Parts: sequence; structure tokens; C-alpha cells
Amino acid sequence: MAETVSARATRILILAVLIVFTVLPLLSMITTALQKQGTFPSGLSFPVHPQWHNFVDAWNAADFLALLKSSTLIVLGVVPAAVLFSTLAGFGLATSRLPGRSVIYGLFILGLTLPAEALVSPLYYELQGMGLLNSRWALILPLLGLFMPFGVFWMRAAFQALPAELSEAAEIDGASSWQMFRRVKLPLVLPSLSSLTILFFLWTWNQFLLVIVLINNPADGNMAGALATFQGEHGTNVVLLCAGSLIIMAPSLLIFFMFQRQFVRALLQGAIK
Amino acid sequence: MTSSNTRVSSTATPTAEPRTRIRRRRLSHRRTGWSTLLWVLPALTVYGVFVLYPLVQTINYSFYKWDGIGAATPDGFANYQNVFTQSALYVSILNSFVLIVFFTVIPVTLGLVSAVLMRELKGRGAGTLVRTLLFLPEVIPLAGAAIAWTWMYSPNGVINQALRAVGLTSDQHAWLGDFSTALPAVGIIGTWVVTGFCTVLLLVGIAKIDQSLFEAARLDGAGRWAEFRAITLPELRRELVVCVTVTIIAALASFDVVYISTQGGPGYSTMVPGLEIYQLTFIKQQVGQASALAVVLVALVLIIVVPIQRLGRER
Repeated sequence: MAETVSARATRILILAVLIVFTVLPLLSMITTALQKQGTFPSGLSFPVHPQWHNFVDAWNAADFLALLKSSTLIVLGVVPAAVLFSTLAGFGLATSRLPGRSVIYGLFILGLTLPAEALVSPLYYELQGMGLLNSRWALILPLLGLFMPFGVFWMRAAFQALPAELSEAAEIDGASSWQMFRRVKLPLVLPSLSSLTILFFLWTWNQFLLVIVLINNPADGNMAGALATFQGEHGTNVVLLCAGSLIIMAPSLLIFFMFQRQFVRALLQGAIK
Repeated sequence: MTSSNTRVSSTATPTAEPRTRIRRRRLSHRRTGWSTLLWVLPALTVYGVFVLYPLVQTINYSFYKWDGIGAATPDGFANYQNVFTQSALYVSILNSFVLIVFFTVIPVTLGLVSAVLMRELKGRGAGTLVRTLLFLPEVIPLAGAAIAWTWMYSPNGVINQALRAVGLTSDQHAWLGDFSTALPAVGIIGTWVVTGFCTVLLLVGIAKIDQSLFEAARLDGAGRWAEFRAITLPELRRELVVCVTVTIIAALASFDVVYISTQGGPGYSTMVPGLEIYQLTFIKQQVGQASALAVVLVALVLIIVVPIQRLGRER
């Protein structure tokens, strides 16, 4: 008995340390954001007179509504199309009899470990040539491409995990491949599809490198890119910087807390597959 | 495509009944085969135009000297030679190897130790809350994590405050501004981002291990260490491979955190390949040099990650 008590204490201690380590930077940001602007507070100091209007100032300084609109437009441009394309290709490759399908699949897999840094210079000139530089399309189109390796890999695995008898039965019934897809298999991979949607959303919302390289005006970029802009403009005013960063991160946090179960599941599955 | 079609139509003349049936069957197979292309086409198009084509271009650029505006002149392997001989370039690669310690070694070890020690900690409600909290760093933009930690490390920040509180130091050390502490400081930001994720992933993995294995080991009189080596570690192989792969790629291809916290400085002490590629292309206008570094980065990631993946599949 004594051992289990001490073992339990150890575990709780470890958890506590992990959680303090995790929460501390965010806590420091919150307490700093509530201090008086123009002062030089310490990292962690209780705000005796919390200055809530700092958040209003930060909201205006960051032009938050414009940011939110832009981020939302980018997500709408990327996520539905990326999910659709991944699902179609995943189904096609999982059920295909095409000779050389493994070559196509291998081509996608090649991109799984590809760092985006390896593409940014040519992408810049390519998009410039297309006249899309500094528009939201300059983010939407490359992100669509960059998401394909994981999306195709993920959806192909989902379709392959379905029992083979399903397609045999449907084939005997004379189902076309579209019917097989739409009526039989798509409903069964919806859980994988929703996890994929969450991951794509997160990766689009948090994409940083492409925004820095391809977008000039922060109002055409996303929230992550806006953080760099805000830091550049208000880096010396640490109170406003913390307030602004929190506001810019608020939508991610809000959506995460609303869908935390789905997020945790998606991130865990996304890693394991 | 055309050749197979003509072959089928020329041989499938109506002769014997069973033969046509076979032909027709094969024809329908072939049709489903080629229709794969239709299913794959949208994905392949965006992937080809915005990933494969730029990738080929990167390789192409890497053999030229090009400022991004004027004419490019062929330069052989000079750009690659520079990557391995100019300290400004290879230092970025060495730094990214150091980051692996902070992005991979420490988080995976910490995650493994905590997961093993927490194995029997049950209680669903607390579990969900803990998971949610530990996942926070994984969900917020890396740039946000970097801003929070830049503030942590600043002379007035929490780190110095804590050290003063326990009497370890009285000065206001600028952790990110000092040549000797900047790289580990940047690394710890990575540790912060991935530790929670690794811990939860390994916890979930441990929960999936058949409990009877542990009971059997205990009956055999196995100690904790033996149990860990014989059961936990091999059973967690898949999860470990995932943690290691994901975090090594994050270390080698890091950009966001360094861009926000140090811009590679002071000097080149926190320069990483990703940031160097960016600066070479868009600030120093050495597109060819940037591309050669990019190709080396891609190769490095593959050389390191592919064997680890193999390890996960074996046995």
C-alpha cells in the first residue's frame, strides 16, 4: 500500500511539473497583457489593476477583423478542396487496378517528408509568373499541393482498411465505381475524413513560412503570419505585444477548446498512421 | 493508352461466346484501371504544379549562379561545395543537429519516462483535462509559442525572475542574445512545443499494451527495468518511431521559431537551414546557393528519416 501511495505521488508530481512547464509561458503572457502600457513589468506579476482595454487597443492595432476575415477565406479556399482531392485520390488509389498505380502513390509519398523550405524560392517565381504573388491564391494553391501527400496517404489507408467483401458485394450488384464511392465507402470513412479536416484546418491556420515569403500585406495573410507583423511593429511594447499575440491566438484556442476531443483524436491518429 | 485500346478492339471480334465474355471482362477491368487517373487527377495536378515542379526547379537552380533577377550562369557543383566548406552555410546544418537534442531526444525521453510512470494513473476526467492542456503548445501557431518564450527569456522575463527568486543569479541575462545560450534557448522552445504531444502519444500507446504481459512479467519476478526493456519499449516501437520522425523533421526544417525569436542570431549561433534558405533567396539574392542548401536539407531529412521508418516496420 505504501508503495502505491508514493508511486501515485510521483505520478502526480510529474504531471504537475509537465503542466506547469506547459502553461507557464501562456500564463506569463496573460499576466503581462493586463499590466499598464508603457511600464516594464516582470515576467510573472499579478495584475493588481488589470487593464482590460489593452485587448481593445491590441484588437485595433492588429486590425483583427480584417485578419479574421483573411484567415477564414484562406481556410475556405484550402480545406474543402484539399479534403475532396485527397478523398478522391485516396479512393482511386485504394481500389485501382491501374498498372503503375504504385508509382503514382510513391510520387505522393515522396512529398511526405519534404520541408516546405525546399520549395519556397521556385514557388515565389512561379507565382510571380502567374501574377498571383501577394494574393490569397498564393497561399491557397501551394497549400493545396503541399497537403496532398498526407491527405492521399491518409484517405488511401482509410479506404484500404474497409473490408474487401464490401466492394465485392457492391460489384455483384453492378454498382459503378462512383456509386461504390458515394453510397458504400464514403459514409464509412467519415471519421477519417473529419480528422483530416481538422488537421488541414490547423495546418492552414498556423502556416507561417509561406505567408512570410509569398504575402506582403498582412491583411491578405493568416493569423500566424500576423504574429510576425505584430511583433515587428510592437515588439518594444511588451504589454501590447502580449495582448495582441493572445488576441491573434484566441481563435485557435477557442476552436481547440470547442472541439478538443476531436483535435486530440485527430492529432494522435494523424501521427500514428 | 491508345495501343491497349486498339489491341482489345481488334482481337475482340465476335467469334466464340466465352472468349468475348473474357474479353469484355478484361475490358471493364481496364476501364476501372484507367479511370483511376480521373480520381487522382485533381490531387496530382495541384501536387504536380505546386510541389513537384518547384522541387525540380530547386534542383535545377542549385547548379546555377543566379541573383533572382538577371541571367543565371551555370556553376556546376560550386553551390554544393560551398554548403560543405563555407562556415556560414554548414553551421546552419550543425545547429539543426543540435536542435534534434532539444526537439527529439529530450521530449521523447521525458515523454517516455512520464508515460511509464503515469501508466497506472487512471481517472478519466482528469485525463482529458491533462491531455487538453498538454496539447495546447501543439495547437497554437509556432510563432505564438516563440513570442511567448522570447518574453520568457528576456531580461525581465520569467526565467530570470525565477533564478533571482531562488538566489541563483542577480543579473538580467538575455538568454537569446548570448552566443553561448541562444541555441539551447531556442531548442527549449521546441522542447516545449512537442513534449506534451509525445507524452500523450506514448501514454495512449502504453494504455494499448496488453496488461497480461505486465502481469506475466511480474509473476516471473521481473523488475521494473527488465519489464520496461522487455515489454514497454518493444510494444511502443510504433509510437516511438512516430515521435522521433515527426520531431526530427521539425528540428531539421525549423523556421518559425527561429525567425521570430532570434532571426538566426546572435551572429550565426542560431541559424538553421530553413532560415538560411529564406535569407539567401530573398535578402542576399543568391537563389542558386539557397537551392543547393535546400537540396541538401531534403537529402538529410530522407537519409535520417527513412532508416527510422524501416526500424518501425521491422520485426
